[in-house]
Amino acid sequence: MESPAVETALRWIVLTPLLSAAIIGLAGRRIPQRAVGLLACAAVGLPLALAVKTFVRLTGMAPDARLLTDAVAPWIAVGKLRADIGFACDPLGAVMILVVTGVGFLIHVYSIGYMGHDPGFRRFFAYLNLFVFAMLTLVLADNLILLFLGWEGVGLCSYLLIGFWFNEEQNAAAGKKAFIVNRIGDFGFLCALFLVAATLLPHLTAGESPFAFATLRSHLGLLGSVATALGLLFFLGVAGKSAQIPLYIWLPDAMAGPTPVSALIHAATMVTAGVYLMARLNFIYVLSPVAMAIVAAVGAVTALVAASIGLAQNDIKKVLAYSTVSQLGYMVMACGVGAFAAGIFHLMTHAFFKALLFLGSGSVIHAMSGEQDMRVMGGLRGKMRVTYATFAVGTLAIAGIFPFAGFFSKDEILWKAFSEAGGGLQFWAVGFLAAGLTAFYMARLFTLTFLGENRASDHVRRHIHESPRTMTVPLIVLAVLSLVGGWIGWPHFLGGANHFETWLAPVFHAESQVVAHVAGEHAAGAVVSAHGARAAQEFGLAGASLLWAALGLALGWWVYGRRPSLAEGWRRSAGGIPHRILANKYYVDELYEAAVIRPGYALSRRILWKWVDVGVIDGLIVNGSAVAVAITGAVLRLFQNGLVRFYAWAVAFGAAVFVVYLTVRS
Amino acid sequence: MLGSHILSWVVFLPLVGAVAILLTGRRAVVARGLAMLVAVADFALSLVVLARFDGADGGDQLVERAAWLAGGKISYAIAVDGISLFLVLLTTFLGPLVILSCWRAIADRVRECMAFLLLLQAAMLGTFVARDMLLFYVFWESMLIPMSFIIGIWGGERRIYAAVKFFLFTMVGSIFMLVAILYCYFQAGSMAFSDFLALQLPRAAQLWLFAAFALAFAIKVPLFPLHTWLPDAHVEAPTAGSVILAGVLLKMGTYGLLRFAIPLFPQALTTFGPWLAVLSVIGIIYGALVALVQPDVKKLVAYSSVSHLGFVVLGTVSLTPEGIAGGIFQMLAHGLSTGALFLLVGVIYERRHTRLIEDFGGLAHAMPLYASVFMFVTLASVGLPGLCGFVGEFLILTGTFRSALLPHARLLAVLAATGVVLGAFYMLWMYQRVFFGPLRHEKNRGLADLTPREWAYLLPILVGILWLGVRPAPLLERMQPAIERLLGPVTRELTVDRAPLQQAGGARLGTVALQVSDPLEVE
Repeated sequence: MESPAVETALRWIVLTPLLSAAIIGLAGRRIPQRAVGLLACAAVGLPLALAVKTFVRLTGMAPDARLLTDAVAPWIAVGKLRADIGFACDPLGAVMILVVTGVGFLIHVYSIGYMGHDPGFRRFFAYLNLFVFAMLTLVLADNLILLFLGWEGVGLCSYLLIGFWFNEEQNAAAGKKAFIVNRIGDFGFLCALFLVAATLLPHLTAGESPFAFATLRSHLGLLGSVATALGLLFFLGVAGKSAQIPLYIWLPDAMAGPTPVSALIHAATMVTAGVYLMARLNFIYVLSPVAMAIVAAVGAVTALVAASIGLAQNDIKKVLAYSTVSQLGYMVMACGVGAFAAGIFHLMTHAFFKALLFLGSGSVIHAMSGEQDMRVMGGLRGKMRVTYATFAVGTLAIAGIFPFAGFFSKDEILWKAFSEAGGGLQFWAVGFLAAGLTAFYMARLFTLTFLGENRASDHVRRHIHESPRTMTVPLIVLAVLSLVGGWIGWPHFLGGANHFETWLAPVFHAESQVVAHVAGEHAAGAVVSAHGARAAQEFGLAGASLLWAALGLALGWWVYGRRPSLAEGWRRSAGGIPHRILANKYYVDELYEAAVIRPGYALSRRILWKWVDVGVIDGLIVNGSAVAVAITGAVLRLFQNGLVRFYAWAVAFGAAVFVVYLTVRS
Repeated sequence: MLGSHILSWVVFLPLVGAVAILLTGRRAVVARGLAMLVAVADFALSLVVLARFDGADGGDQLVERAAWLAGGKISYAIAVDGISLFLVLLTTFLGPLVILSCWRAIADRVRECMAFLLLLQAAMLGTFVARDMLLFYVFWESMLIPMSFIIGIWGGERRIYAAVKFFLFTMVGSIFMLVAILYCYFQAGSMAFSDFLALQLPRAAQLWLFAAFALAFAIKVPLFPLHTWLPDAHVEAPTAGSVILAGVLLKMGTYGLLRFAIPLFPQALTTFGPWLAVLSVIGIIYGALVALVQPDVKKLVAYSSVSHLGFVVLGTVSLTPEGIAGGIFQMLAHGLSTGALFLLVGVIYERRHTRLIEDFGGLAHAMPLYASVFMFVTLASVGLPGLCGFVGEFLILTGTFRSALLPHARLLAVLAATGVVLGAFYMLWMYQRVFFGPLRHEKNRGLADLTPREWAYLLPILVGILWLGVRPAPLLERMQPAIERLLGPVTRELTVDRAPLQQAGGARLGTVALQVSDPLEVE
């Protein structure tokens, strides 16, 4: 095989935002605020331009040869165990860098307006640039260790930005929670890395890094026996980063950060890193039907559970947060049934419309003097035309209404969940149900926020205004993308060519055949089924989900716009218990608190520290109670009265007993 | 003038400096200035050592040897190899920074303090380069005295208790080690390390000797459950003492294990290796959990050392190249990050005379730069990739995971990896309570941010933390030949060990030995 083409632009795509972050972070107040904003935007704009250049270069290559590499420097190396600093861009990477720099650039521009009056303006942009660096490292890394650097790096920036307004203890706690829950996921990631090393190292020749994606791909035979373990360990990392059950609890709390952060990190990019990881490692996942089935199931359940919680939230950002968890569930489910391209497709369209919705909600919050409770909003339609119109586009897109972007990607996932060998009716049904809930809670959000009468206090109401140009222009661009962004995946059954799937085919191609192989006759049967019948089936399902979404939207609008008493009735039904369970997110946080955190703290403090450390080891073995008293009493006299010798003997005896014990035991 | 005695210069310059200070440093400013000068010069000399070091050679370099006692059976023999080299550099690097850190904090008996610091430095450097067992023992024991005095004279309220505890704990271990050294001496007929290595001792003897050495080292590390002297020593020691203690002194234990206990008595490893690994893993988790609940920042950092050093021992006893390299690297990384943490705790203690978490809160408002530096070091400590902490932990855990020596190696590695999660927990929680939230105490309102002097001793460490995280390869490269040289005979011995064991039906050990040959395959 000839070596892939070199593209040194890759390193500049990654390093430009890092340099900018360093400059802003170190120079601080010596640069005027305006210049900081411009520099930060330029530091994402340049990578965007380079990403487009890279993309164009890839399109000019033969589909199977589409790979650009940039080896920068050696990093960690001990014997055969090595990981280098090197980047690689294939069609999947190209999609990711375009999304990250494109959406990232718009959000940077928006933030100039949104954060304009914040005293932490410079710190904010330093963090935001640092985040873009880490995210780009994550998607361009040519090996797992460098990817892990990006993976932890985005987690760090998320932590710093969630707790950006650290004066509120709650925000700082939310940041810490995000970091630690992510770390639990990273524990799985790390263990997967160990397993990769242990499996591959004995079989590699000098110069091959066990963690490079190229090496992994060329040694699939060796990984076959550990594919299930690898898939599940990596999935623990995915569950942390992409907020899947049981680790999703940090994401709703992460809304404590400034809204552009919620849009960029906690909706469009970072949280999709898990989906990217699974797509990147698709060749491992397809080797393990067990891991795939678990992934698909967790994704489906997450999509449904999070959507149900979204029904009962009153904070506009919390609704969007649970909606994000739910949409991530769709992407994860897509990967689980083997439809990686569909998952990435939804990742992209979701980046557009969810960034739009978050930025729109930011615009609303900005106008409402910081208010986030939808119960006191309403009637913003007249005062914020651009925000209103763009938000409407976002709502239609996420609900999956034709021809908005969400329709194409969500439908693709539902169809694949139904038709792929790893899928089945149950996955489709759960996804279908969650889609209806999505439409419903989005209609509720939209109605409560923009329609009807304004319910705010006079003081707040007088201040309501449309946001400045730096904020509305990104909204408009994202609204356009939320409309047309799905068209590149226009499906065959509607007369399209699904360019998106074709583009990613070289990355997933070989693997879909493996899936077919793994699935055996069942898949073979599906393949030979008449093409025409499939198209009709696909058409029918798409029509059903479109109607279902429209129904959800209409119902949400009707209940919350026209029949508030009905909503109130639901809230109180069955003694208000169902509503309370949903509003309190199934009490999962409380469960963790009671089952893990409090017992862990008590164990550490009462038993380990006070009892084992201070009591047994120090008190009983080391000091001996009498000696302890003597020492604290009159230390200098001890040197004459011989107690020190006793003390020394006590120590020696204890140590000797220990050694003897060890020897005897073994 | 330096010529072929460069290593002796590095070791003894601080000693000469200490004597000079005792003679001339009646005025505090002279004592400080002279100490600083000596420490900086020593660092410069150690850079010469680095420059002369041949990274491709795994053996002893810059060797100096002279007959000393007993008709040459005991000699003055020193050298560096890829294992000692960076520990020497770490020691000389921290030296001037430590002196700078106590420029103000130590106002009482400055002359003695500076002299003790330099004495301690000489003893530590000697321990790392000694290649004669008696010489090693002399250096090893002479570290004890200045350190005990530093804690006992310039320490906190319970300083005497802490100093005595430190002294006795370490002393007990050392006595057993001395007996073991003497035993070997009578067998080998010389104190030369190379002669010790050549000894063919029966397995039973190896077991006892290893136990005696390992006890001394385990106390120094400190390995659970021998660690209880450490929190007391740290809390009572002045900042300078804590930095040296955590930065260098603890590494004596892990260094000794790697340099002496393992190569000298390899057959004992099949017996004790798994136990050491289990204790390390307990220490990793236990240290982290106890750190979590500490009300005192300094004590928290002290317990975190128990956790971090557990990683080092674990990597070392994994007997894999990456585990050992990771262990050495982690010693350096921990020296920088925990050294910096103690320095930072000292910064706030000098201002507020308290280290209790509850006395702070919202410090990021009053001291934003200090908060940023603290965050940076915290991230290094929790092993964020790109900073120094990650490389060592990652290599150690990978090595442990595929260790052929340790039974249930994978389980041990996975359990140890939970320490990575817990590490983030206790550090970030502490950080949150100290720096975030509103300023709760009036006294914290007007605190001054970092001064130029504080920047001067923090900045080099911060640069080091970043540099080790981004460019670990040059260091790892230079360690590797020495590690292979050390591992080769050990693994061979364990493989030879197989035959009689298998005859005796020792199937389990037999397979262990069989797999141990794997690390040998490394090119």
